[in-house]
Amino acid sequence: MVLNRSLKRNVDTLLHGMAVFVLLTLLSMPVTAYTIYVSSEKDNKISVIDGKSLKVLDEVSVGERPRGIALSKDGNTLYICTSDADHIEVLDLQTLKVSHTLPSGPDPELLVLGPQGKYLYAANEDDNMVTLVDIDKRSKVTEIQVGVEPEGMGISPDGKWLVNTSETTNMAHFINLQTMKIEDNVLVDQRPRVAQFSNDGKQVWVSSEIGGTVSVIDTQSRKILTKINFEIPGIHKELIQPVGIQISADGKQAFVALGPAARVAVIDTNTFEIKKYLLVGQRVWNLAFSPDEKFVFTTNGVSNDVSVIDVGRLKVKKSIRVGRLPWGIVVRP
Amino acid sequence: MIKPLSKIVAMNIQSTIILVGILFLAPLHADVLNIQIGLITQEEGRHIPLSLLQPEIEDIGESGSEQGIKDNNTTGQFTDQSFTLTVKKVKPDEPIKQAFKELHDQGIRLFLLNLPAEKILRVVDHPVAKSSLLFNIGATDDNLRLTDCRANLLHTIPSRAMMADALAQYLAWKRWNEWFLVVGRHPQDRAFAASLKRAAKRFGHKIVEQKAWNFEPGARRTDSGHTREQQVVNEFSQVGDYDILIVADEADEFGEFLPYRTYLPRPVGGTQGLSAVAWSGVHEQWGATQFQRRFNQQYGRRMTDRDFSAWLAVRSIEEAASRTASGEIEKLKSYIISSKFNLAAFKGRPVSFRDWNHQLRQPLLITSAKLVISVSPQKGFLHQFTTLDTLGYDRPESRCKK
Repeated sequence: MVLNRSLKRNVDTLLHGMAVFVLLTLLSMPVTAYTIYVSSEKDNKISVIDGKSLKVLDEVSVGERPRGIALSKDGNTLYICTSDADHIEVLDLQTLKVSHTLPSGPDPELLVLGPQGKYLYAANEDDNMVTLVDIDKRSKVTEIQVGVEPEGMGISPDGKWLVNTSETTNMAHFINLQTMKIEDNVLVDQRPRVAQFSNDGKQVWVSSEIGGTVSVIDTQSRKILTKINFEIPGIHKELIQPVGIQISADGKQAFVALGPAARVAVIDTNTFEIKKYLLVGQRVWNLAFSPDEKFVFTTNGVSNDVSVIDVGRLKVKKSIRVGRLPWGIVVRP
Repeated sequence: MIKPLSKIVAMNIQSTIILVGILFLAPLHADVLNIQIGLITQEEGRHIPLSLLQPEIEDIGESGSEQGIKDNNTTGQFTDQSFTLTVKKVKPDEPIKQAFKELHDQGIRLFLLNLPAEKILRVVDHPVAKSSLLFNIGATDDNLRLTDCRANLLHTIPSRAMMADALAQYLAWKRWNEWFLVVGRHPQDRAFAASLKRAAKRFGHKIVEQKAWNFEPGARRTDSGHTREQQVVNEFSQVGDYDILIVADEADEFGEFLPYRTYLPRPVGGTQGLSAVAWSGVHEQWGATQFQRRFNQQYGRRMTDRDFSAWLAVRSIEEAASRTASGEIEKLKSYIISSKFNLAAFKGRPVSFRDWNHQLRQPLLITSAKLVISVSPQKGFLHQFTTLDTLGYDRPESRCKK
């Protein structure tokens, strides 16, 4: 009896402790379950990270030099630009097996999914083309001649525009997706990388890696509204090289990855003022929001990790070790 | 400034390609600005490399210029600008001023010069050259950046001082501080040796041994070459201890014979072995892979320093022309040497021109025959304005003023 009672007390304490622990864990962790996928250019791998525990669950071997990645509309498939394999690999996210490949033209670097999820648009750095691929038919539909070394690809939320940047031509090409013709070209600063539309589609932000600026372009008039400059005490201007851009769903805040400056700039989208520079890993390139937008994840190429930014507190919370040269990143709800 | 492409681009891709082809071939509609660039290049005679693996290159600088023109015209179709190249080859004994005048009379005011330093000065000092802008793409001579600067002359090829400094910084990082300097028989070898000595002093190295290599080079292809070189280099290099043998052999006559044959087991650097260069076929970082591939596919060989320097000059012209929407020499020049100018050059940071001597500042590659070993400037060598100015003659050191 005595023994039983003391045992029961111990069990109670234990249960109570566990409940507190679980509660604390729930409070400190994001509530919704989601998964983060990161491509590692050097390791030819996709790292699978659990959004809850922020632990690497799995590493999937894919083709040579995976860079740009995109998620299908239903979230069940990951499309991967395996640049040196000269095609797009299709990764089934249930089985984590590459089911088939899609043609892409040579050296695909970055891709985006069309608004209906039927087509993929891939930038081919080697032959100055944007290739349009039909996902179901697994075939190339057409190619569009753009500037030298096409890279960034942004699709407007209404599906009307594809903005492609060309690194050596220094332009953002506005491609009309109905006619598949270039309708306008906006000259931006040196080596434009990423094109990102705001959620309302009114603006497209283009980062210039070597120019060190972000051009905010008005979609309607195709005029540059402003050029955002960055200044970080103690870091030379030449090392501030903006690449990845993410704009929050409410359109109030933008995050810009600054490459070798190892910082992410947080920008007020009304005033275009920089609210804060967050110290992340080395050579930060691409960014992705968690589905609830409570976190931003970054790929840091030189330090081989992913930084986790707490959006509410604007603080870097954690870094997660991944494969060598992490490049692309997407989050699956 | 920028016209919608829809005017000129046809519906489908086939006709787009044809159209672009036509654009490149020149006859353009009225509002396209045509910018002519002339290349004057001296034929250097047949140069047989010591290694069978290295190709004989006859069109030094020309292919790089063409690649630049092609890149410019891809951009030009969106900015309504077109670029053409006129190449003038001269023999070493041909009067250079006449060659320049010939192109000048064709209305060309933008020039790339692949010439020895004294001929560059003869061209630049020609009375009619005042209205032209000239890019030195081949001469590494320090005097052109130190005392003999000209208002209308820019340099895209690095100086000897820049290359020596880039190598010396890397060796400082390695702490290979004691050098055995071996100097070839030509004046340019002595000039590079002088730059190396300056670099050694700047970055805390000591030249502990120095010898001149005076052997006649002889035939390059021989059936039994190695037996002789093995013996000769072994004897030649019996000196006191050192960390690295640094060779100055710009004509590529003997430097390749030195690695693995020295008396002491020491590495070799300088003009051969571990070298500082503006460009190399082994460079693949910062997007260079695609750039190299484009060049290799077109010309069937690797890009050289001079090709790259020519490309940089042609791209600098386009960058200034598209930003100023002009082809006027004065406008282009003032933009190029302004602080607004910067160019992406597959080097991980923008390149630009020094306003005091018009030298293009850029990171330099430290390479072996097969790989990039490092890139200078090295971490830790600081500078008030830009660390790129730790390579070569800085503003206070140069007698050239803005």
